[in-house]
Amino acid sequence: MTSDSAPQSPLRRYRWAIIGLVITAFVVIIFAPLASSDPDGLDRVSEDKGFSGQGKDAPYEFLPGYSIPGIDNERATVILAGLAGVAVVFALTTAFGAYLRQSRRGSQT
Amino acid sequence: MPIFLLHAPDGFFSTPVAITFWVLTAAALALSLRRAGATLDERAVPLMGVMAAFIFAAQMFNFQIPGGTSGHLLGGVLAAILLGPYAGTVVMACVISVQALIFQDGGLLALGANIFNMGIVGTFGGYWLYRTLAAVLGGEQRSRLPAAAIAAWSAVVAASALTAVQLAVSDTTSLSVALGAMVGWHIFIGVGEAVITVGALAFIAASRADLLRLRDSRPATTWEPAR
Repeated sequence: MTSDSAPQSPLRRYRWAIIGLVITAFVVIIFAPLASSDPDGLDRVSEDKGFSGQGKDAPYEFLPGYSIPGIDNERATVILAGLAGVAVVFALTTAFGAYLRQSRRGSQT
Repeated sequence: MPIFLLHAPDGFFSTPVAITFWVLTAAALALSLRRAGATLDERAVPLMGVMAAFIFAAQMFNFQIPGGTSGHLLGGVLAAILLGPYAGTVVMACVISVQALIFQDGGLLALGANIFNMGIVGTFGGYWLYRTLAAVLGGEQRSRLPAAAIAAWSAVVAASALTAVQLAVSDTTSLSVALGAMVGWHIFIGVGEAVITVGALAFIAASRADLLRLRDSRPATTWEPAR
């Protein structure tokens, strides 16, 4: 039988992280398409106070407005863009954390 | 009107204001990168990734508040409670940068101010308030959720007030107008922030309470609230 000190497979060890990502995917799939289309706090103020027109467009567009160009189905485009964003954000942040931890250990030994 | 436009585009803040907050954000980020590396537990690395992914996803869900306005999670207080202020700041910077770079949500010149307002105000200010409240209310173990609720709400209201000041200094609108309007809406939006923050913490406490101790799992991670 495996004790606590026995090496576990990474899949078991980080099961909580996988569950966290599954929950995150559900947030994108279920909640993102239900998002209110009313302007958010800052947006609303910029409209009410007449400075929303001062906002400049980005110099380039990649996945603007959380949609994938070419996918017209409103639900599908938001969900796919959201899942892509989740994957990128997870990978980037985890890589960053791993690098930070590694560089610390490297400098101590 | 795009449905998902969450963050300040370029043009709302003047160039001096944007650059000032880029400098402040860069300084806080440099400090955070140094300190986070010194204190990260092995399991904190994937937790950083999961938290960043969750905050990104949750920010896509604009919840309705009364009066034809919506709000969304910021997440800085939640990230800092789980990971500490330094790793929490790295998480928020990653989320808000990806939103600007890939989704064109928030301007590039305004990115420093956006990271400062939506990230650092929560991960440093909100977290400090959380620790102080938790200590006053009888310890983190006992008062985690009420302290988190108040800190989350306060961070959103403080962020909106700071944004109003930035808008006023930028000459975009007057301070009294911006302050009243921004804080007026964010008093309600902050309630949503508190609900989501408390919900996530309660869920983690019920399912994997050990993750709540990751932040302090190394002796070096003693970040004392300023007295």
